[in-house]
Amino acid sequence: MAQVEAKQIKKQFGDVTALHGIDLTVKEGEFCVFLGPSGCGKTTFLRIICGLESASSGELYIGDKPVIGLPPRARGVAMVFQTYGLYPHLKVRDNIAFPLKTQGTPKDEIKPKVEWAAGLLGIGHLLDRKPRQLSGGERQRVALARALVREPAVFLLDEPLSNLDAKLRTSARNELKEFQRRIGTTTIYVTHDQVEAMGMGDRIVVMEHGRVRQVGTPTEIYDEPANTFVATFLGTPPMNLVESNGHLMGFRPENFLHKSIYENLTDLMDINFRVARVEYLGSERVVYGFLEGIPHEGEVMSKLPVHVGHLDLREGEQYPFAIKRQDLKYFDKSTGERTAKG
Amino acid sequence: METTTTTTTAAAPPAKPSRFQYMLDNPGFLAPLFMAPAVVYIVLLVAFPTVLSVYYSLSAYNIYNLSFKFVGLKNYIDIFQDDVFLQTLGNTFIFTIAANVIGLALGKATALLLLRDFRGKVFVRFLIILPWAVPIALATLAWRWMFDSLYSVINWSLQHAHLIGPNTWPNWLGEEHLAMISVIIVHAWRLFPFGAVIFLAGLTSIPKDVMDACVVDGAGFWRKNFQIVIPMITPIIAIAGLFGIVFTFTDMSVVYLLTKGGPTNSTHVLGSLAFQVGILSGDVSHGAAISLVMFPFLLVASILLLRFLRRREV
Repeated sequence: MAQVEAKQIKKQFGDVTALHGIDLTVKEGEFCVFLGPSGCGKTTFLRIICGLESASSGELYIGDKPVIGLPPRARGVAMVFQTYGLYPHLKVRDNIAFPLKTQGTPKDEIKPKVEWAAGLLGIGHLLDRKPRQLSGGERQRVALARALVREPAVFLLDEPLSNLDAKLRTSARNELKEFQRRIGTTTIYVTHDQVEAMGMGDRIVVMEHGRVRQVGTPTEIYDEPANTFVATFLGTPPMNLVESNGHLMGFRPENFLHKSIYENLTDLMDINFRVARVEYLGSERVVYGFLEGIPHEGEVMSKLPVHVGHLDLREGEQYPFAIKRQDLKYFDKSTGERTAKG
Repeated sequence: METTTTTTTAAAPPAKPSRFQYMLDNPGFLAPLFMAPAVVYIVLLVAFPTVLSVYYSLSAYNIYNLSFKFVGLKNYIDIFQDDVFLQTLGNTFIFTIAANVIGLALGKATALLLLRDFRGKVFVRFLIILPWAVPIALATLAWRWMFDSLYSVINWSLQHAHLIGPNTWPNWLGEEHLAMISVIIVHAWRLFPFGAVIFLAGLTSIPKDVMDACVVDGAGFWRKNFQIVIPMITPIIAIAGLFGIVFTFTDMSVVYLLTKGGPTNSTHVLGSLAFQVGILSGDVSHGAAISLVMFPFLLVASILLLRFLRRREV
């Protein structure tokens, strides 16, 4: 176990700057998720931590050891790749044993270690198969076992669930999180999927265009977004942003509800909402429409849980809606950064 | 053709399709059509001469005696009692194996080089394809000058690098072992671009994640290459090997152009000996027998390689 500390990590690919000086500390034993859209630099940053890519400048420490310039094998890291990177010609057993062999682990120690790793991931019965005889979920576990077997200081995972089907992804997510909690190894997990990030991360690092836009726990990131990018990147549907008194005012669709739902609550902001269309999604309804009295070109959305299903919302009609004032966030119009109440 | 005249206006109902109108949509017609040129070519230029040479090898045919008298295996017994033939057979194996091992190893190294990004890569790639693209007669002429006993640029370079003295220049094409080494060098030089292209195709087919995993798992250069890369591209190496072996085993151009089999038959291969006996000396029946000796060896090599490939696929 070790903490990972990055200081002003920059990466330049020709004229393109992939990372603009990143400062970050991933704490010992933490499950840290790098979240961002494609091309935001999250995988590049992970590969720099791993040593597969070199940083153009900056410092990087794993444990207390400076690792810039060291090859991956000298960094004590293990990585799980998006397509797993299993060796197709080797049996599962030899795939898992490979990193031990490169370390020169004595032969009689390899077998029990392989079996220990396979046992932890419940793939003991697959040891004599070849990777192509395995399902996607099994391959992913083999990749994890291979990463785990030499007991690295840091686990690096690059979108390891993206090749699984939706159902398997949910269970694999839980297993992975549970597994990390059990072994307690510092883990950095890259994903573009906010559900994975929210569900698994102790902390989330939201990245955009090679910059860190916010670092925080899932609750902090979701409830107190630091800027409009984070506010709109997380949440399905994303946070509504409308102009108000020279600021951008943001509120989440699930906090923008019919007034009757609030019952006796005070400190509300009342807005009339003209419904344009209603999307029925089973457990909830997403209502698209326009606000009265607030100039705004786009639609805003309201997410109504199914237990208020008795509310009959008709397209083209206007209804009294409201938002709790504490749920309103304000952002600077030009920079998009969070500001105090507008 | 007769249908085109009936469908001039757009409003007209579609004419009844002629029997031939959709003929080109029919695989039963297209497949034989497309295969026909290859089949005709193989029958006329490969199968027929092969059958003819089998017949020649069993007859007493030569240019002085144009009789097709059947003599059974006599020609084969003759050649196997001939020291020159036996030496040639040995030479052919040495030549084939050495040239392929050197050529493919060079090809692998070249492919690794070409996988990297560097300035002038396009130019290097062009240079590397040259041995393959330059006509063999032309290239061998250049090599002959490089191996020349008086003007050898190789010897000149070795002397200026103080590796050999002025009076100890090796006579590359004039001494038996050196001549063999020379033809092997030239043929390996000819083969390696092919090896490089095949290896490059194989190497680029390895997923990037596998290569990255290998580095993260801590494999160094040798382990990465011998435990991951080469096993993964073995099918491609086998194909390259099969082609290289067939290509080399049947080849006579390098030997014939460089040494004509000399000195004293030390570099003869089956192809060049068959040509010399059958065509130049006019002993067609023995020449045919010599060339047909290749057949069982190539058959065995092909079967072994193809079986090996199939076993890996299962």
